[in-house]
Amino acid sequence: MASHGIRDRVAIVGMGCTRFAEHWDKSADDLLRDAASAALADAGTSRQDIDAYWLGTAQSGMSGIMLAKALGLEGKPVSRVENYCATGSEALRQAAYAVASGAYDSAMAIGVEKVKDSGYQGLNAFPIPTDGTNRTLTAAAMFSMVAPAYARKYGVPMDEMKRVLARIASKNHANGARNPRAQFRREMSVDQICAMPSVAGDLSVFDCAGVADGAAAAIVVRAEDAHRYTDKPLYIKALSLVAGNGSGLTDPEYDYTTFPEIVACAQDAYAQAGVTDPRTQIAMAEVHDCFTPTELVLMEDLGFAERGEAWREIEAGAFDIDGVLPVNPDGGLKSFGHPIGASGLRMMFEVWLQLRGEAPDDRRISTWPERQLALTHNLGGYPGEMVSFVSILGSSLG
Amino acid sequence: MRYRFTMRGIISWGTYLPFRRLDRTTIASVAGSGGGKGTRSVASYDEDTTTLGVEAARVALRDCPDAHPLSLWFATTEPAYLDKTNATAIHAALRLDSGVPAYDALGSIRSTLGAIRAALDSSSTSLVVTADRRGSLPGSPDESAGGDGASSVLIADDASDAPVLAEIVAWESLTEEFLDRWRTPGDMRSRQWEERFGETRYTDLGARAIAALLSTTGLSVDAIDHLIVVGPHDRANSAVAKKSGVASDRVVDTLGTNVGNTGAAAPLLVLASVLERALPGQRILLLVLADGADAVLLRTTPAISQHKASRPVSEQISAGAPVAYGKYLAWRGLLPVEPPRRPEPARPSSSAAARNTKWKFGFVGSEDEDGVVHLPPADGDWSMRPMSEVLGTIVTFTIDRLAYSQSPPVVFAVVDFDGGGRLPVELTDVDPEDVAIGGRVEMTFRKLFTADGIHNYFWKARPVRVNGVEG
Repeated sequence: MASHGIRDRVAIVGMGCTRFAEHWDKSADDLLRDAASAALADAGTSRQDIDAYWLGTAQSGMSGIMLAKALGLEGKPVSRVENYCATGSEALRQAAYAVASGAYDSAMAIGVEKVKDSGYQGLNAFPIPTDGTNRTLTAAAMFSMVAPAYARKYGVPMDEMKRVLARIASKNHANGARNPRAQFRREMSVDQICAMPSVAGDLSVFDCAGVADGAAAAIVVRAEDAHRYTDKPLYIKALSLVAGNGSGLTDPEYDYTTFPEIVACAQDAYAQAGVTDPRTQIAMAEVHDCFTPTELVLMEDLGFAERGEAWREIEAGAFDIDGVLPVNPDGGLKSFGHPIGASGLRMMFEVWLQLRGEAPDDRRISTWPERQLALTHNLGGYPGEMVSFVSILGSSLG
Repeated sequence: MRYRFTMRGIISWGTYLPFRRLDRTTIASVAGSGGGKGTRSVASYDEDTTTLGVEAARVALRDCPDAHPLSLWFATTEPAYLDKTNATAIHAALRLDSGVPAYDALGSIRSTLGAIRAALDSSSTSLVVTADRRGSLPGSPDESAGGDGASSVLIADDASDAPVLAEIVAWESLTEEFLDRWRTPGDMRSRQWEERFGETRYTDLGARAIAALLSTTGLSVDAIDHLIVVGPHDRANSAVAKKSGVASDRVVDTLGTNVGNTGAAAPLLVLASVLERALPGQRILLLVLADGADAVLLRTTPAISQHKASRPVSEQISAGAPVAYGKYLAWRGLLPVEPPRRPEPARPSSSAAARNTKWKFGFVGSEDEDGVVHLPPADGDWSMRPMSEVLGTIVTFTIDRLAYSQSPPVVFAVVDFDGGGRLPVELTDVDPEDVAIGGRVEMTFRKLFTADGIHNYFWKARPVRVNGVEG
């Protein structure tokens, strides 16, 4: 039994990503067409030349028929996948494994979410019939419990903790302000963010990801075929997924300062990719900053900072765009919002730009090309009950 | 009352007053009329008569651990459901065996007497649970005079489960059809005929019932140590007490000042307040004036001096906290307030709930072979672990101003239970600023929400205020 991975066997050869926004004038189908067309054009191929499709959407549609209809596909295998907020990443994972297996020469992973048609703010899960005893807290409130727990464990005064969290939001807004695809393009200072009223625990709306519609797509082929499509393919080094069993919610040992699913997932991904020191080997990371305390804990769970040290590193700017390890150079969920099915692929789109030297000057990372690996991290669920996805992508083989 | 060879009576009691109190002086400035002095008890937005009843019955059972009720009666004027029995939810929350029948006695204040009588006429241990939420339109006399609460007694033969603490010695009942107070099903207020009419009829009925009781028992009025007169007609109650011949210092305060008239719950609630201070060998006359008159004579036994009531009425009265009149109106559905801009919760699945009755209603977890407690219960665990009476400690908490609630914000805590088990659970009866890590909580049976007419019952945690189980 082992997680072998598919290091260097599959490459991304084209990507597309819509602007993430309140697309009142676009349907989910429109967004799918926009992202798919961009990815196909990028790879110089056509939709009938793609052998198989994986559609990630959490609740904007059902079954592969949604994508087959939107793109007018004929006789193609199309699967719809869902894995909470890691849905977009899951689509890529399925497509990449299908190509790696030899079943198909090429596949498209595409994710979409049309969140803004619900009539409510925020994300609202499709109600599954239950006995009525399940928790009805918002995700914001669940993640808000991380901040005081972390502060207590590591002796961070709550005032300072609030500034650390605001620093995360401020950094991501600064990056997003330089990204034309981002939903929010305004810089926010730490003081401005600290002045906002709380909505869940000590979190204000500026500690929370935005809510936007969007879609993103990737085309994957066998690594040896990659150069038929592009001179600058992105090689898949690792794809790791861990679905927690929910025991953290009821385990008295769990202290809300770490996400064990993510620790396990990262270790698996690093092993697949041969990464031994992520802080120095990885050029950039896109992480799931659904709430600011999440990004704080992720820095430790992903091995970017020592336990209990991430808050100092954040204050010192370690994860800024010009820091030792830029995190969320595109602006993250904070600036992009979180169309669930699309987010995981949106993260990869930033890697696609940065590791090919195509990111615009004002937010281009300086760690590449010295370092040629990037990480995306996508999670779904809550502290104690989570799915975690980590990918490692590289701009060269080996 | 038929003659008995064995002494039969109350072996335990339990009462429950909801946490909130409405200051009656705050009513008139909003409603334009009504109000008065003192406070009335107010059920929280997440309480109905079923949940109130569960809380009172838990106390009665907790205070008499050897009791094994073999029937359950539930009386209220405001049932959560019609057609469907409400006592079954209480039965499930108390984890009674399915062989223990549970019945409702619904609709009128007098139902309580019927339930007690059924318990008395039984030959086995019976649990009587009564609960009410009394109110009416804003500014009305009934609104300020009413109260919310629950009370219950365990009735058994002496020494079958536990010693009788108060023997039911005699019972005289008069039944009479006349219209003093009435409510059409679905109406939120009762109506009353001219007050003097009812007062006249009840005064006569009360006097006759007392006289009959004294006659059959051969007692003089001086033998009565405590006279309780309750019923829907407060003026009649006072008038009967006054004319009874019982010395005024032996006429029991019916809790109108701080609690209000709790309707179907009042007879046993006020009786409990007397039992909690009664000496052995005292005679208590409980007179209920409702569509007739029921005069019940009780006599305390020596065993009562050994009985410790864990949640005395007096302590529950003083443990209350204020609720603003506006919030009271909103909780009652009398003031439609802007709902949270979130989707309303979906109705719980009846079949899923039926599969998980032990957890949902009984709050029963499980324990594995290493002694680890699982909440909810885990498949394959070797034993069930009832958790409703176990106290816990707040490990961490949060205030959710975004989640759907009938009374935002949601206060939510991760609770570690004494002896093992953790559950992230909603808190209730709490002001957000009073929650603290390390705070002690107890479980309370509540209604999370109602959707499609289905009341979603489950447990919440609330701060330990009056004699937690640990004392």
